[in-house]
Amino acid sequence: MINYNKTREIGINILRRWILIFLVGEIVFFGIVGTNYLSLKNLQNILVASTTVLLLATGETFVIITGGIDLSIGFMVGFSSVVSAKVMVDLWAAGFSQPLAITIGILTALSLGLIPGFTNGFLVAKLRVPPFIATFGMYGIAYGFAEIICNNVPIHKLPTSLGSLGHGYLFYWLPGKLLSFLGKPENLSREELKHLVSIIPNVTVIAFIFIGIFAFILAKTKFGQHIYAIGGNINAAERAGVNVKVHLIKVYMISSFFASLAGVMYVLQFITGRAPAGSARLLDAVVAVVIGGASLSGGKGTIMGTVIGALIIGVLEIGLVNLSIPTYNLHIAVGCILIFAVLVDQFSPEIIHKEEEIR
Amino acid sequence: MEPLLEVKNITKRFGGLTAVDDVNMKIFPGEVVGILGDNGAGKSTLIKVISGVYHAEEGQIFFEGRQIKISNPIEALKIGIETIYQDLALAENMNVYSNIFLGREKLEKFLGFIDVLDHDYMLVESKKVLNRLDINIPSLKNKIRTLSGGERQAVAISRSIYWNAKLLVMDEPTAALGVAEQKKVLNLVRTLSSHGVSVIIISHQMHDVFSVATRLLIMRRGKKVAERITKKTNVDEVVGLIVGSLPGDYIEVSKEKR
Repeated sequence: MINYNKTREIGINILRRWILIFLVGEIVFFGIVGTNYLSLKNLQNILVASTTVLLLATGETFVIITGGIDLSIGFMVGFSSVVSAKVMVDLWAAGFSQPLAITIGILTALSLGLIPGFTNGFLVAKLRVPPFIATFGMYGIAYGFAEIICNNVPIHKLPTSLGSLGHGYLFYWLPGKLLSFLGKPENLSREELKHLVSIIPNVTVIAFIFIGIFAFILAKTKFGQHIYAIGGNINAAERAGVNVKVHLIKVYMISSFFASLAGVMYVLQFITGRAPAGSARLLDAVVAVVIGGASLSGGKGTIMGTVIGALIIGVLEIGLVNLSIPTYNLHIAVGCILIFAVLVDQFSPEIIHKEEEIR
Repeated sequence: MEPLLEVKNITKRFGGLTAVDDVNMKIFPGEVVGILGDNGAGKSTLIKVISGVYHAEEGQIFFEGRQIKISNPIEALKIGIETIYQDLALAENMNVYSNIFLGREKLEKFLGFIDVLDHDYMLVESKKVLNRLDINIPSLKNKIRTLSGGERQAVAISRSIYWNAKLLVMDEPTAALGVAEQKKVLNLVRTLSSHGVSVIIISHQMHDVFSVATRLLIMRRGKKVAERITKKTNVDEVVGLIVGSLPGDYIEVSKEKR
């Protein structure tokens, strides 16, 4: 006899975690049909390839939970990549040491990147411009400024040590011989280099440090709690004494900070700064957030869900490359997953939302 | 006994229309007062003056003996006057205890220096206040969205009681509720009163008002036409006062004054 309650409980748990199950299913599928898909190297490639989407989607999650949207982040990546690259090139040429030039370049990009976020937030919160319009305007403005700064050509000739940072790994392991932390071990023979195992890409480490910090802020702090309140009932939040306007400005600044960080990561990975860098990732980022369980009407979503959503896209992308399927098929697949995610959310019974800790 | 709230000669105009005309009223601690009147009689305008939504052109408001000036609803909340709105001002996407503590979350230290939400404390405290008011909600971790209209109202009320509201203003609290739920809300009003909380209740459901209010205030065309002890009047008289077939007590007086 089938135990009805047991079956029901299992069903509810599957519905709650369907994106995780979907992600695992994807990996298993490509693991079977692909070549070397489950190798450490390939799995790490997925993480590296997902960096931009992971970062953009994390910032976007904050905005979407408030019931808004940030479209400017697409070109914010390019803007930030151009700014940081330009500063690095100029300072290095002016005789600064490489580490100093790189550090100043990164910090400049990250701080300038807060300005569009502040502007977006100000327009949305204080002047009541619809988020779609405000950030869409900023989308164009960021792109225009990026092109002006780089004079319409990609910025090259960046400090040479960028590569070891952007392409480096946290650990290097020579099985049975040595394990080194940060920085490739030196004086290895060609034979040894072939067996050297690189573990955890630097860009992934940096990305996940920030994602982790902000996931904590969203889930555990008063600041995060109020973001959910604003998305759920902005009047209730205001009546409860939440300074909604300031809160919204901060949220848009978080989003543009993550976009700027994605731009800096782009420079580290590709050793160049380009105005259109990452602009194609805007859609993927929004999709990742929605797959992750957020609703565009606001009030729900988690960073964990968003990260899984971003990985679903990354796993698929590398999977298609692995199977030599042209990547434009990715867009079709991503579109289908997006619609599927929304349908699941729409038709899943209310019961799966009951008894959740906070959201 | 000193009244909790006293309004004197309140007048509120909208252009040429006098929505509230020279109204006086007193509410004592723990008292439930019903305001009755037809549509457009000025009931809602009067309570919106009390809750800080509107600003009266004339008149004074005294709270606990001191004259106060309420310029917005947030100020009213701080003083201890809470209006339970129809939309209830709850975040539907959040659970019961998060709503009760919204804006005043209890924090604890994580790793000794990071402020994080203290869910256990908020859950326990919320349970306490709900128990005190005899409110039964299956789980305080349930989101507001999954609750019934009456339960939502109960949460909104518990929230204000937890934060020491002294006067609750309820505008049509039983509208849009099922019969069983209506009873629960009315019981809750009685419980509040027994805890010393004063309640102003506006309702078209004459029966509801009669069952909980100890005193009735009848308004017509912006004026207070009569005030009755509930036990010493009946529905017929009150209806007569509302529609104007009975003259009321104050009309002549205020005409003379003009």
